Amino acid sequence: MSEVALEARGVSISFGGLKAVSGFDLTLEKGSLQGLIGPNGAGKTTLFNLVTGVYTPSEGTIHLGSQRIDGMRPHQITRRGLARTFQNIRLFPDLRVIDNVMVAAQTHMKHGLVPTILRTGGYRREQLAIERRARELLSIFNLQGLAGEQAKNLPYGHQRRLEMARALATDPKVLLLDEPAAGMNPQEKLGLASLIAELRKEFDLTILLIEHDMGLVMDICEQITVLDYGVVIASGPPKKIQNDPRVIEAYLGTPMTNEE
Amino acid sequence: MSEQPRDAWTSTPVIWLRSILPWLVGGVLAFALYRYGMWSESNQGSRLAMPIFHFKILSLIGINAIMAVSLNVVNGYTGQFSLGHVGFMAIGGYVSGAMTYYGSMILWQSTAIHGELFGGGDFLFLGALLCGGLVAALAGYVVGLPSLRLRGDYLAIVTLGFGEIVRLILTLTRPIKKTAEEVSQAGLLSITHNANGSWALDGWMISVGGALGFDGIPKYTNLFWIYLLCFATIIFCYRLKQSVLGKAFVSIREDEVAAEAMGVPTTRYKVLAFVIAAFFGGVGGGLFAHEVGILISPPEMNFLKSVDYVIMVVLGGMGSISGAVLAAIALTILPELLRDLSWIPFLPKALHDVSDYRLIIYALILICVMIMRPQGLMGIKEIWEVRPALWLRAKLARKEKSP
Repeated sequence: MSEVALEARGVSISFGGLKAVSGFDLTLEKGSLQGLIGPNGAGKTTLFNLVTGVYTPSEGTIHLGSQRIDGMRPHQITRRGLARTFQNIRLFPDLRVIDNVMVAAQTHMKHGLVPTILRTGGYRREQLAIERRARELLSIFNLQGLAGEQAKNLPYGHQRRLEMARALATDPKVLLLDEPAAGMNPQEKLGLASLIAELRKEFDLTILLIEHDMGLVMDICEQITVLDYGVVIASGPPKKIQNDPRVIEAYLGTPMTNEE
Repeated sequence: MSEQPRDAWTSTPVIWLRSILPWLVGGVLAFALYRYGMWSESNQGSRLAMPIFHFKILSLIGINAIMAVSLNVVNGYTGQFSLGHVGFMAIGGYVSGAMTYYGSMILWQSTAIHGELFGGGDFLFLGALLCGGLVAALAGYVVGLPSLRLRGDYLAIVTLGFGEIVRLILTLTRPIKKTAEEVSQAGLLSITHNANGSWALDGWMISVGGALGFDGIPKYTNLFWIYLLCFATIIFCYRLKQSVLGKAFVSIREDEVAAEAMGVPTTRYKVLAFVIAAFFGGVGGGLFAHEVGILISPPEMNFLKSVDYVIMVVLGGMGSISGAVLAAIALTILPELLRDLSWIPFLPKALHDVSDYRLIIYALILICVMIMRPQGLMGIKEIWEVRPALWLRAKLARKEKSP
């Protein structure tokens, strides 16, 4: 059996009386690309928030590699190699495009306040290295020409790409993508699919993907987990999911019984 | 971008020079200003001399710029709304004031200024400023750690409360010790138990004048120290803003959830920003307390003064250093200009005396600016990044290219 990159066991959380996620199990093998699907309100984004530390699970454990990460603050989890994008784009709108990526790239920065103010050689070299890395990432996403632009001035599709570039700048082992294809046309979705495949190879990533576009998910994911009302109702390869009666029921409802 | 070679630009001596150069330039400029002030004072008849009154405003501008630029680190960079900056100013002012006052009494048995520029007294003064800043920074840490978990209005209320607490504690302090004997008698800090069962605190550490204010602090502040420290504050904050660390500060303001998800330790950086602002606020307060013609007193350190600094930051543009400096200059000069309008040409004589209405006019100007430019004069940009400056730069660059 290959290495496990991310593992969740029996993760639950409730808000007031509502059990948003209960008894969630997930195993992401290193290098795999998994899809997480489910109807609206199924708890997919809540699950992302649990894994990234925005919420603390009330039950269960989450491991990133061999480290237990549940209960940690989000920035600590990010530093250990887990990055995400957001469903509703959350860039730093007033910062320049390159600064957006540089902020994420400072995750592993070594120098502190004093070298920053004195502008020592070490500081300058590290700053240059971070900037160089940010520019490399931007050129992978075809954004190098917009580096000096404020992020809020980018068109929607570019903002989506910038969010992915920013997430990659934290040097993640596991990447969580929350509806990366939302609002894209079929052409752009095709481009996205090949981009994800490329990134996965180049950065040696393990990817967990939330997506509503079934075509895209079935195309690129090796494993799919289906969530409904906070519970896993099916999981397996795309072929199996497509024909699972419970999945069809969750998405389309039960077939009407013959009524008189 | 290709691999950066270690060329002359990044060699060690050049890096040292580039690191130190701005401080040197700032020091020389401050010294030149100071000498010009001295010369002006003794040559009041000369056409090149400025009236002494103008130098008073100039030193006030310097102190206000320190306060506005440092507050900008919290309110502008990290987007946290602090209304207690004057609390740090008061702490810095009183701590450093007490150190120079009682320090020179113990060292030289008098509170007169000791020595010329760079003389013994100035070292005591600088040490006191540093201590004032450090105590203020410590206060910033203590206040910031629990309260920076709050956001927006709640943080504003907590910081406002902090400023008021500082002010009220200062009104409860003991009267000033006027002679060396009194000082040695009281000691640093002592607790006496009265016959009627009450406790009394005494000692020179807490004898800073109570509600009447702290009178008699040696007046060491001059244009040189004000502008030296003003430049230091500006260089510090500018380098912070340019760095990745500063950008991480701004990312907290932009989107705290996203910043946290990108590995920015938001709470730690917010506290750090608070501590930096408190330190420079304390230094600014120290300069203020040692200024000629100033009596530092609790009523003066009220919350309206904090609001003044917030206005400077908001008006200048959240996150813009040059904006904060410009706003500090404008808002220090404006009330003086509005005292008497005879400097406006073609203005009817009847309108010259608006001194009764100047606060109304002042408020109106602020409202107009806020309606027309809600992001402040500069936004997050610096003065050399706004459009006319960029246009000029592009034009110059084109000229360079064409032979």
